Amino acid sequence: MLAWTIYISFASALVLMFLPKDRPAAARVLALLAAAAGFGVAAAAFFQSTPGEMVTVVDVPWIPSLGIRYHLAADGISLTLVLLTGLAAVAGILFSWNITHRANEFFALYLALIGGVYGVFLSFDAFLLFVFYEIAIIPKYFIIAIWGSTRREYGAMKLALYSFVGSAMVLVGLIAAYVVSGANTMSLMELARYPFPPGFQFWVFPLVFVGFAILAGLWPFHTWAPTGHVAAPTAASMLLAGVVMKLGAYGCLRVAMTLFPDGLGPWGFDVMGLGSWRDVIALLAVIGIVYGAMVALVQKDFKFVIGYSSVSHMGFVLLGLATLNTIGLSGAVLQMFLHGVIAGLLFAVVGRMVYDRTHTRELTALEGMRLAKAMPFAAGTFVVAGVASMGLPGFSGFIAELQVLIGAWNGYPTLTIVTGCGILVGIAYTLRVMQKAFFGDDPVAARGSAADGETVHALDPISIPERLGAVILIAASLIVGLYPRVLLDRILPSFDSALFQWLRMGGGQ
Amino acid sequence: MSYLETLRLAVPETILVVAALSVLIADFTMRTSDARLRRVIGAMVGSVGCTAAVAWLLVMPAHAEVWQGMLVADPLTQLVKVGLLALTLLTLWVSVDSDFTAHVGEYFALILLATVGMMFLVSAEDILMIFVALELTSLSLYILTAFNKRDVKSAEAALKYFLFGGMAAAFMLFGLSLLYGLSGATNLKAIASALAGRALDPLLIVALVMVVIGFGFKVAAVPFHLWAPDAYEGAPIPSAAFIASGSKVASFFILAKVMMLGFAGVEGEGGWLEFRSGWVPTIALVAAVSMVLGNLAAIVQGNVRRLLAYSAIAHAGYALLGVLSNDGQGIGSLVYYTITYGLATLGAFGVVAVVGPRRGEALGAFAGLSRRAPLISMCMAVFMLSLAGIPPLAGFFGKFYVFAAVVNADMGLLWLVILAIAMSAVSLYYYLQVLKQIYVADEPADAPWLRVPVVIQVVLVLIALGVIVLGCLPSLLVGPLRHAVEAAGL
Repeated sequence: MLAWTIYISFASALVLMFLPKDRPAAARVLALLAAAAGFGVAAAAFFQSTPGEMVTVVDVPWIPSLGIRYHLAADGISLTLVLLTGLAAVAGILFSWNITHRANEFFALYLALIGGVYGVFLSFDAFLLFVFYEIAIIPKYFIIAIWGSTRREYGAMKLALYSFVGSAMVLVGLIAAYVVSGANTMSLMELARYPFPPGFQFWVFPLVFVGFAILAGLWPFHTWAPTGHVAAPTAASMLLAGVVMKLGAYGCLRVAMTLFPDGLGPWGFDVMGLGSWRDVIALLAVIGIVYGAMVALVQKDFKFVIGYSSVSHMGFVLLGLATLNTIGLSGAVLQMFLHGVIAGLLFAVVGRMVYDRTHTRELTALEGMRLAKAMPFAAGTFVVAGVASMGLPGFSGFIAELQVLIGAWNGYPTLTIVTGCGILVGIAYTLRVMQKAFFGDDPVAARGSAADGETVHALDPISIPERLGAVILIAASLIVGLYPRVLLDRILPSFDSALFQWLRMGGGQ
Repeated sequence: MSYLETLRLAVPETILVVAALSVLIADFTMRTSDARLRRVIGAMVGSVGCTAAVAWLLVMPAHAEVWQGMLVADPLTQLVKVGLLALTLLTLWVSVDSDFTAHVGEYFALILLATVGMMFLVSAEDILMIFVALELTSLSLYILTAFNKRDVKSAEAALKYFLFGGMAAAFMLFGLSLLYGLSGATNLKAIASALAGRALDPLLIVALVMVVIGFGFKVAAVPFHLWAPDAYEGAPIPSAAFIASGSKVASFFILAKVMMLGFAGVEGEGGWLEFRSGWVPTIALVAAVSMVLGNLAAIVQGNVRRLLAYSAIAHAGYALLGVLSNDGQGIGSLVYYTITYGLATLGAFGVVAVVGPRRGEALGAFAGLSRRAPLISMCMAVFMLSLAGIPPLAGFFGKFYVFAAVVNADMGLLWLVILAIAMSAVSLYYYLQVLKQIYVADEPADAPWLRVPVVIQVVLVLIALGVIVLGCLPSLLVGPLRHAVEAAGL
C-alpha cells in the first residue's frame, strides 16, 4: 500500500500537466487531494507498522541481467521520513494557495518532486534509490527558476548543479561498489552484507557520504542552501529545507554508512587530531552548526536568517550520524523530522504570510511595520516555531538536539561543548529576528514614512488555508515535542536490525 | 557459399536499394506536384522499405557468414540493423515538413542509400568491405549535407565535412593497407591471428593510429571533431539529425568490432599511471579529451545546433568507454547507448526543425516555447534531460550501463568513468540552459508566429515515448541485446 504514495504523486503530476490551463483552482484542489491521499497512506502505514519490523512493499526484478530490482520497503526510519514528507506536502500546498501564475505546472512539478522524495525513502535497491534521488533534482530547478524571487535563476542553477555534482559522486561510488562486490546485485541489504576491502572503503565512503551530504548542507558544501531557500517560492523553501535536505542525510545513513561501515573506522594515523572520517564529519557538522548560527545572527534579510538556520540545524543531524550510537543516530532521525516541521513553519511565515503581503523581507523595513499587531496569527506562529527551533524544553527541537548531544558526548566531549555554545547563538538569532520582524518598536523606523501606518492596515488577513497549514505543522511539532515516543518507538528498534549492527561494529564502538 | 545464399543474407539491404530506386522513380513521375506531397510520398515509400526490411530481419533470423566475413549476419548485427532502420524511418518523417530542396526524390533516395551503407558496415568483418561500406555512407552524407543549395552555409558545411572526411578516409585506407601488409589477410579475425604473438612494433602502431584517426573522424571524437560543429550547424536539419543519429550507431559498432576483433592481442593497458601501449590507451585518451573538450565547449555555445554538435562530441567520449570494455557486455552497452543517444538527438533536431526556420536557432529563439507549443516543449525536455543523463530516461541507463560495463571489464579504467561522470555533471548546465529558455524565459512580444506541423509532432511524441519507455524498462532492449551478444559469440 505504501507504494501508492509514489504512484499517486506521479500520476496526479501527469494529470495536472494535461489539465486545462485556465483553472488554477481545480489544479490546486487536485494537488491538495493528491498530497492528502499520500499523507493518509503514509500515516496509515506508519501507525499500523510493527516497531522493529521491516516491511517489504514490492520486490520484483527490474533489470534482471544486471541484478537490479524494483524493491520498495520500509523500516521505522523510512516510515518516519515518509510521514514527514506527507505532512510537508500537504502544508506546502496549503501555503501555495495563492499561486495563479502557471498553476498547473507548479503543482505538477511540486508533486513530481514529492513523488521522487517518497521513492528515495522507500527504496531498498541502491540503483532505484539513486533514480528517485535524481528525479527530485529537476523539478526543484524549475520551481525555483519560474516561481522564485530574489536571484531565482542563479539560486536554481546553483542548487541543481550542487545536487547533480553530489549525485555524480554517489554514482561513482555505487558503480564501484557494484563491480567490486561482483555479486551482480544492487540490493542495499546484500551490498551491506558484503565485506568490501578496507582500502576500498577508505576512499569510497567519503565519496558517497559527501555526495549525499552536499544535499544535507554539510559545511563547506552548504552554500547552495541559503541562496536556494531564499530564491525559492514558499512551498519550495518549505520542501527544500523540510524534506529535500533530509534526502541527503538519509542517503548518508542508508547508503554510505551501512554499505561502507569500515570507512568510518580509524585510519591508523592522525591528521591535525583527526583520526578517521568519522572525526572529520563530526568536526564539519559542528562547524556547520556554529557557523550557520553566527551567519544567521547578522543577516539583514528575514529569509536568509531562516536559510542559515537550516544549515545550522542540519549540522545536528550530521553530528548525530557521526556519533554511531543508537541514541545519537535516533536523535539524528528525530531531528530530521522535527526540523522538517519547524523549518516548514518558519519558511511559511516568512515567505507566505509576511513577504507575500509586505513585499519586503528587509528586517529594517519590517521593524517599522509592527507586524505583531497587524498579523497576530503570523506572529504567534513564528513565536511557537521559533521557540521550538531554539530547543526550549517541552517543544520538539529540544529532545532531538539533546539526544544528539548525549550521543556525541561519548566520543567528542569538546565538540559537544562547542555545539552547546552554538545553541546559545541559535537562541540569540531567533530572538533577534523575532523581535525585529514582529515586535519592532523602533520609533525612528516607525516614523520613517507617514504611509507606514496605512500599509499595516492594508495587509490582507491571514487566509483559511494558511491557518490550516500552520495548525497542522504546529500540532505535529507539539505532539512530538510532548510525546516523542510516538516516533522513537519506531525509530529506535530499526537501529537494532542487522544493517546497523555492522555499522556499529565497523565504527569501532 | 552460393550467390543465392549471399543474396538471402543481404535481403534487407536489397529491399532498401529497391526502395531508394522506387522513391526516385515515383518522384520523377510527379515533378510538377506540390513539394510537400512529393515529400510525403517519398517518406511513405521509404517507410515501406524500412518496415519491410525490419520485418524481414525479425521474421527470418539468420546466422551465417559468407565470403570470409565480407558479409556476416548474426543476431547482434540484425538487432543493430533494426535500430538503424528505426532511426532512418523517424528521420524520413522528420524531413517531411522541412522545405529546403526541390530534389525531393534524390534526397530520400540518398538517405536510404546511406542507410544501406550503414547496414553493410554493421555486417562487415573484412577491412575491404568495411572501407567500401564506409565510403558509401560517407559520400551519401556529404551530399545530404550540401543539399540546401539556397544556403551558403550548407555548401560550406559540406565542403568542410568532405575535405576532412576525405583526409580521414585516406588515413584509414593507409592504416588498413599496412594492416594487410603485416598480416596478409583482410578478415578481422584472420588479421588478429596472424598478428598474434607479435610485439607492438612501429609499423603496427602506425596502422593502429591511422585506423583510429579514420574512425575518430566518423564518430566525431576529439581531436578529429573539427568538422562536426560546422556540419551540424550548416546542413539541412534532417540531414544533420541523420548524421548525428544513424551514422553514429553504425560507426561506433564497427569501431568496436575492428578494435575487439582486428586488434585483439594488442590491447595494452589503460589504467591510471599503468599505461602500456596498445589500442585501449589510445582510445582512452581520445575518449577523455572528447568528454572534456566537448562538454566545456558546449557551455559557451549560443546556437542550439552547435550546442548539440559539441554535446555529440562529448557523448562520443562516453560511448568510447563502451568500446574500451572490450567484451560482450561492453558492446551490448555500446549499442544500447548509441541507439538511445541517437533517438534523443534525432528528437532534439526535430524540435529545432520546428523552431529554426521561423525564429532562428539561437538559444533565445526558444524563449517561452513552453507556452506557445507545450507538447513539443515537453518532448524537448525529455530529450535534453535524457542527454544529460537524468533518470528515468534512457540516457541515464545508457550511461550507467556503459560505465558499469567498463569498470567491470577493467577496474583500472575507473579514472575514465570518474572523469565521465564529473563531465556529465558539467553537461547538465548547458542542457538546462536550453530548457531555461523554453520554460522559464518569456516569449518576446515580437516573436514570429510558429506553426507546429502535425506529422512532426507525432514523430516527436513517439521518440519521446521511446526514450521514456527504454529508460523505465531498459530490459526491453538489454534483454535481447544480451541474448544477441551471446549468440554472436563476442
